[in-house]
Amino acid sequence: MNDATSTNQTPLVQIRDLHFSRGNRKIFDGINMDIPRGKVTAIMGPSGTGKTTLLKLIGGQLQPDSGDIYVDGQHVNTLSNKALYQLRMRMGMLFQSGALLTDLTVFDNVAFPLREHTKLSESMIRKLVLLKLEAVGLRGARDLMPSELSGGMARRVALARAIALDPMMIMYDEPFTGQDPISMGVLVQLIRKLNDAARISSIMVSHDVAETMQIADWVYVISEGKVIESGSPEQLRSQGGEWTQQFIQGLPDGPVPFHFPADDLAKDLGACL
Amino acid sequence: MITRVLAQLGGFGVSALSSIGRAHLLILNMLSGLSDIIRRPRLLIDQLYSVGVLTILIIAVAGLFVGMVLGLQGYYILSRFGGETALGLMVAASLVRELGPVLTALLFAGRAGSALTAEIGLMKATEQLSGLEMMAVDPKHRVLSPRFFAGLISVPLLAAMFSCLGIFGGWLVGGGMLGVDQAAFWNGMQGGIDFSDDLVNGFIKSVVFGVVCTWIAIYQGYDCIPTSEGVSRATTRTVVHSSLAVLGLDFVLTALMFG
Repeated sequence: MNDATSTNQTPLVQIRDLHFSRGNRKIFDGINMDIPRGKVTAIMGPSGTGKTTLLKLIGGQLQPDSGDIYVDGQHVNTLSNKALYQLRMRMGMLFQSGALLTDLTVFDNVAFPLREHTKLSESMIRKLVLLKLEAVGLRGARDLMPSELSGGMARRVALARAIALDPMMIMYDEPFTGQDPISMGVLVQLIRKLNDAARISSIMVSHDVAETMQIADWVYVISEGKVIESGSPEQLRSQGGEWTQQFIQGLPDGPVPFHFPADDLAKDLGACL
Repeated sequence: MITRVLAQLGGFGVSALSSIGRAHLLILNMLSGLSDIIRRPRLLIDQLYSVGVLTILIIAVAGLFVGMVLGLQGYYILSRFGGETALGLMVAASLVRELGPVLTALLFAGRAGSALTAEIGLMKATEQLSGLEMMAVDPKHRVLSPRFFAGLISVPLLAAMFSCLGIFGGWLVGGGMLGVDQAAFWNGMQGGIDFSDDLVNGFIKSVVFGVVCTWIAIYQGYDCIPTSEGVSRATTRTVVHSSLAVLGLDFVLTALMFG
């Protein structure tokens, strides 16, 4: 399959021979990835494969055991703390829980990065915040506290906050998990529209196949620490291997077996008799 | 069997040393956040309110009652020897030297310390601290440092308040209810309490306890396992570790100051 690097631009994120373990458990075993600029790139795989960990490695919140991660040409795992924070100002991240600051209103949450990193006047910050909230359809909810929001609304507020500083890229961590169909549809549309309108690069980690395939330009499928396959959604649907087909179609049995490894059933039953 | 016990002991030792190392790195990070606080004092003022002001009520009530009990017990004992006039000195010395700093720190650990741990632990569990990091805001400077300095400032002030209200409670019982001579009560206190030996040493104790209690509370919250059970255990550890640390340090400091 074609690699994402076939575009003319240098990839925004380059991952080379990445190894990462937690204790004795190997999470990544030499993965390579190129995340193109201006596209929605999805990273899919079963639960527990380290998709969120990968986002934390890209954002420099975790250090790999070995390998290299470059974001916009900067070697993330060797950056000084100051340089890393400078780089993060150009990244946005939407956490699975929203990660809104619970003691601040919706307005103050979205204004937070602007107040922290810019010297804009309060009137300018107000205008920017209202525009960001308008983009996610929650301008009217600006005075609510995070505890008063539904899960979908909280993620939309978090999205408004993530784009407050007009970042070059946004990382979405399981944006559709636990959402009702309407909230999911809203988020799907928002992610695509924001990516195209603001010319942002998006990295989306998810195991919601239908929604992800609907908006992704490029998909990486990972499992057991390795990239199993990558390609456009159409390519994966038509030419994907057996494992990918099982994952995409949600088949109960296949390369990922339905049964947990065990002794022969007859032998087991015989032992009971 | 012996190998397993040795391995467990070794594992415990490594884990304890690693925890101590992380706690020391954390306090260095929090201290380095002072420049941010100077630049934005509002962060500190907000925490002074939630850590300090909201603890005033329990400190005031406890101080008053401790002073009243001291007045009562002191009177019963001193009156056996005809020494009721020394009641003021006894109440004040007990409070300023020992009970004020120690009981304030224990109450602070129970009220504010546990709240700090739970708050920071929940911020960790709900990814708010990670969210700050990804917004290029250092949570150690933005969240932890103001809380640390608020604790450091609050405890000595609360201890002073505890001692003052305790002395007032002692006077209410001794001077008001039991008829101890008012002049003797206040003159004995004025003459017997030494500025450097009693007030300064008491102040130093409360500063040390403030640092230790707040440091333990923040570290436990920041280092906890980000689950409801993890936060619950961390909160318990805060109260237990802080209380033991205060009592142990009180002995060490007393031996150094008055020995």
